[in-house]
Amino acid sequence: MKSQPRTMFEKIWEAHLVRPATDDTPAILYVDLHLVHEVTSPQAFTWLRERGLKVRRPERTVATMDHSTPTTPRGRDGKIPILDNAAAAQIATLEKNCAEFGIELHALGTDGQGIVHVIGPEMGLTQPGEVIVCGDSHTSTHGAFGALAFGIGTSEVSHVLATQSLLQQPPKTLAVTVEGQLRPGVTAKDIILAVIARLGIGGGTGHVIEYRGSAIRALSMEERMTVCNMSIEAGARAGMIAPDETTFAYLKGRPRAPQGAAWDRAVAAWRKLPSDEGATFDREEKFDASTLEPMITYGTNPGMGIAISADIPAPSNATAAKALAYMGLTGEKRLAGHKVDVVFIGSCTNSRLSDLRAAATVFKGRKVADGVRTLVVPGSQAIKKAAEAEGLDRVFTEAGAEWREAGCSMCIAMNGDQLKPGQYAVSTSNRNFEGRQGAGGRTFLASPLTAAAAAVTGRVTDARELI
Amino acid sequence: MERMDIITSKTVVLPVENVDTDQIIPARFLKATSKVGLGSKLFADWRFDAEGKPKTDFILNRPEAAGASILVAGDNFGCGSSREHAPWALVDYGFRAVISTSIADIFRNNSLKNGFIPVMVDAASHAKLLAAPGATVTISVKDRTVTLPDGAKVTFPIDPFARYCLLQGVDELEFLLSQEKEIAAFEARLSQ
Repeated sequence: MKSQPRTMFEKIWEAHLVRPATDDTPAILYVDLHLVHEVTSPQAFTWLRERGLKVRRPERTVATMDHSTPTTPRGRDGKIPILDNAAAAQIATLEKNCAEFGIELHALGTDGQGIVHVIGPEMGLTQPGEVIVCGDSHTSTHGAFGALAFGIGTSEVSHVLATQSLLQQPPKTLAVTVEGQLRPGVTAKDIILAVIARLGIGGGTGHVIEYRGSAIRALSMEERMTVCNMSIEAGARAGMIAPDETTFAYLKGRPRAPQGAAWDRAVAAWRKLPSDEGATFDREEKFDASTLEPMITYGTNPGMGIAISADIPAPSNATAAKALAYMGLTGEKRLAGHKVDVVFIGSCTNSRLSDLRAAATVFKGRKVADGVRTLVVPGSQAIKKAAEAEGLDRVFTEAGAEWREAGCSMCIAMNGDQLKPGQYAVSTSNRNFEGRQGAGGRTFLASPLTAAAAAVTGRVTDARELI
Repeated sequence: MERMDIITSKTVVLPVENVDTDQIIPARFLKATSKVGLGSKLFADWRFDAEGKPKTDFILNRPEAAGASILVAGDNFGCGSSREHAPWALVDYGFRAVISTSIADIFRNNSLKNGFIPVMVDAASHAKLLAAPGATVTISVKDRTVTLPDGAKVTFPIDPFARYCLLQGVDELEFLLSQEKEIAAFEARLSQ
């Protein structure tokens, strides 16, 4: 007898059920990989200590530091200076907790350090079919590999540390199907900004998104990570893409990926993960990639996005009017041509080697416009090294941009990298909330190409005019 | 955990949609390693100006908001970052519940683990609450109801297990720890 067709989400969910949901209790879901960083873990370790608990599976737990770490260049001693006492204390706390509980840590200044959602895939820890959690909403990034990956709070971090399990209510499924071919100069970031603009910032709440269709299959792994990364910006806790040859080619030979005969067995299992023909989703949204344009946000949430050539919409309610007032913008006017003070290229959305290469195509042979501050921040130490090996750092610095150490940097502005009140930034990060990049700062979210174009012109610019 | 059931309080109305957790507590206050005292940073950039002085037009700084423990907010409250510091800050400030038409997933999960009740109501009931700032409202976790200012009772959805934990004052970790045998059996199957 043929079994009922299942979605990829359902297959992974069912394979991780320690206990299914009952009328009285949620499902207990087993976690394959728990990623930990300095900001959302200290209280969880404290609670473990108070209850006399151990970390159940330290070998399934990997930590790094990224949010509160400075990205300023190393001193003569080769160390990255930490000037903020609170950040230094938080970083020291993670070091102490990892040492005490036996957790692998990629500490500041070491070769393995980087943004948690960049280093997991880079090391080959992120694999198809896994359940992956982290105390960070952009954990959805790892779904690009055909994993079920979602952000959790600090209480849940303590649950996973102590039991390697989580209590979960099953979410609904949403298929986002993107067919057709992207036009030149339109990128993965533009796909996801267009998806969020249509769904709205709460439109995916309660759902896990599966991105499908020819335009998604044509993306590289780094581009797929950009798409899945921003699932939470539509309210969806997780986004996922079926594993395929692109996924396997990316993973093969990575240090933590299976090797030898284990690799062949793993690939055979991973090939069974994609949603079955005829599997049903609770909801579907369809997009035509061939009509998409470079996207940019104009408001104070990531759903407030437009094609770069379009006019800013007239505010439809008080919340939209409040957003435009904060941004100092007027409806029914073009955003293109608006002045820019700062450009930030980085974050778990767009700090990988292909993002830096794309930005470099714009910077090469050009200079950053007068009065614009430009930060280029690689997502990990490994990316930094690879970029330097191919001379990208010199392209950026010769253009007049700052080349930094790896970390979250100006995406979250809790590490010294931040906007001044009133400044406008074009940023490749994922959130344009009020003050996100520094109190009073104003953010336009866009792709690395659009950000680099803004850096060299000092204005919001369609990069297709430059490449 | 403290037992939670009935909350009766006047409301504070914040009629803004998509209030994200960066507004509830800005990231620069996340460098703490404990959760104590975060209430002083609740809505920091809406409450205080650049010099740290209270903005008199922000609702939490108005005399009529003093002592209120129920927040009424616009659609999609708590979106964005997974920081549990958001419900920690709300609870530390003195809030016990938020009422909205929808509440973001991670924020809702985090809230229930901290005795902070996320209450979702229909648009008509929400409109009544928005129109009556300062009105007295009662939330019953046991009955899953909100009694509106006009006396009408509406029910709200709440995960049955989270409700049990709130009413009994037990936490979810205790329950997970009690499932040790099942978890170990699952791990044994995994390693085969």
